[in-house]
Formats: sequence, C-alpha cells, structure tokens
Amino acid sequence: MTDALIVVALLLVAGAATAAVLNRDPVRQALVLSFLGLALALLFTFLQAPDVALSQLAVGSAVTPLMILLTVRKVRRRPGDSTDKGHER
Amino acid sequence: MSARGRLWLFLVAAAAFAMVFVTACFSLPPFGSGHHPYGERAVRAALSHHTANVIASVNFDLRALDTLGEETILFAAVLGTVVLLRQTADEQRRRPAPAVVRPRVRWFALAMLPLAMLVGLYVIAHGQISPGGGFQGGVVTATALHLLYLAADYRALERVRPVPLYEIGDAAGEAAYVVTGLGALLAGSAFLANVLPLGTFATLSSGGTVILLNAAVGIEVTSGIVVLLARFLDQAVEIENADDGNDHGNDGKERV
Repeated sequence: MTDALIVVALLLVAGAATAAVLNRDPVRQALVLSFLGLALALLFTFLQAPDVALSQLAVGSAVTPLMILLTVRKVRRRPGDSTDKGHER
Repeated sequence: MSARGRLWLFLVAAAAFAMVFVTACFSLPPFGSGHHPYGERAVRAALSHHTANVIASVNFDLRALDTLGEETILFAAVLGTVVLLRQTADEQRRRPAPAVVRPRVRWFALAMLPLAMLVGLYVIAHGQISPGGGFQGGVVTATALHLLYLAADYRALERVRPVPLYEIGDAAGEAAYVVTGLGALLAGSAFLANVLPLGTFATLSSGGTVILLNAAVGIEVTSGIVVLLARFLDQAVEIENADDGNDHGNDGKERV
C-alpha cells in the first residue's frame, strides 16, 4: 500500500517538475512550482519524513511561488499603475 | 580556457564523480528497510536526552552546530535581500491606492488568518515533541500574517507589521542561538552542549536546550521571512523609478 502511494507521489513529482520546465511563462511556472511543492510534501509524508514535508509545504508551495509572483509583478509594473494589486481584480 | 577545454574538463570530472557516486550507492542500506545504523544511534541519543521528536534532537542537540550554520545562511540571505532591494536614490515610494477585494476572498482570508497563525505557533512550540519546529512553524506564522494582504490591502498589512521590529527579531533570534551555545561553555561544557535539566519525556518542557534553540530559530525564521517578503512587497507594490511617477502628480518629496 505504502509502495503504491510512493510510486503515485513520485509520478506526480516527475510530472509537475517536467511541467515546470516546459512552461515558459513565469506566472504559470510559479503555480506549477506550488503544485510541485505539494507533490513533494506528499512524497516526503509517504516516506515517513513529516518534518521535511512541513518545510517543503511551507517554503516550496507558499513562499517561493509568492516571491516569483512578486518579482514578476515588479518587472511588469507600468508607471501609473496605482492600485496595490494591479489590474487583475 | 577554451570552450572545448572546459567541456573536456567537465566530462572527465563528471565521469570520475559518476563512478564514485554509483559505487557509493551500491553500499547504501536498501531502500525503505527498517535497519539503519545512523538512525538507530540517533534515536537512542534522542531518547537519552528526553527529546520525543528525534529530528529536533538531531537538529538542536546532536548537530546543533550545523543548525547554527543553516540559521546563519538564512540570516545572511535575508540581509543580502534587504541590501539589494533597498530604496535607492533614483527610486521613490508611492502609496498604493486601496484595492477592491471580493467579499468571498476577504472572508476566506480573514477566517484562515488566525487559524494559520495558531498552527504556526503550535508547530514552533511543540518542536521538541512532534514533527515540525522553529523553521517550519516560523515559515507558516510569517506567511499567515500575509493573508491580511489578501483580505484587505497593503496598507492594512503595513499597519500590523512594523518591519523594524521584525528586523530586530531576526537579529535577536540569531544572537539567542549563539548566546545559548556560549551559556553551555560557561556551564563548563562544550559549545551548544545540552546542559539544561532534561525534564519529563514527551512534555512541553522536555529536551533541555532543544527548547531554547528551537524557540530562537522560530523567532529568527518568522522575523526573517516577514522582512524578506516585506522587501519584495515594497518593491512590487510601492517603490518605483522616480521618472516613472513624475507625470502622476507626485513631486518627489518622498525621495530619499
């Protein structure tokens, strides 16, 4: 049972990592990276490493994508764009 | 060195590394087996120091010096970010206008904020007895604070998040770790040795110096991530090039 879960998690990780490489748009990449972090956290949990899973979940699927999104926003920001969340909302 | 020379150097080095690496892999214990020489010794050492979370015992007791190194890496990285993303002479700050937030997003973020904060603090406080600890809990606590940015806007976040205070927290957490280590020296033992009373196994007060070092890392990571994200947010939301803002009625008074 655990072996099957590990195989599924490994496949998810491989798929998400490949998708992150193949995507060329940084915003999409950030979202895929977030999913990759989730898949890795699952893998670590199945491998009985909850400490590492927690780190991965917090850093890999929250902080890193957030930093990428903020960087993209800074780079793309046009002068006169005055609301603090851009034009998305 | 020419491109061809570099390629050859790489290929030779990679071949040598691959050989040694593959040989080493064959000597590893089999994947997923119950027997692991280092694991058994680490568990024994953790139990003898009344620390239920063996990982915390490895991080903050057996290998406390390694964790000091890692903590310092994060500290230096945050410091580097603060220096790189600071407001320079040709940049100016412009207060962002309040943003419209959909009610559903607002309520979700407001409901999750205290919950996520509590989970983060719980994970820090229980580092010595359950999975997690200062690093994991610190990141959760710091990111939880930013749900306020989702729920309201950047100005609301700035009001509840005095960055100078977190900068002090970052330095204080780093310093507390070193001071705890020096305290062990004063007590007549080695740097970062576990010299405090070990307490009752699997209670909040068990583990001796593990509690202090875990808390120091918790403070440092929470503050460090808040400062890090604050610098990124400042650049993404507030700071802009001076010549960009001139035609929007800003006379540049806020320029530093």
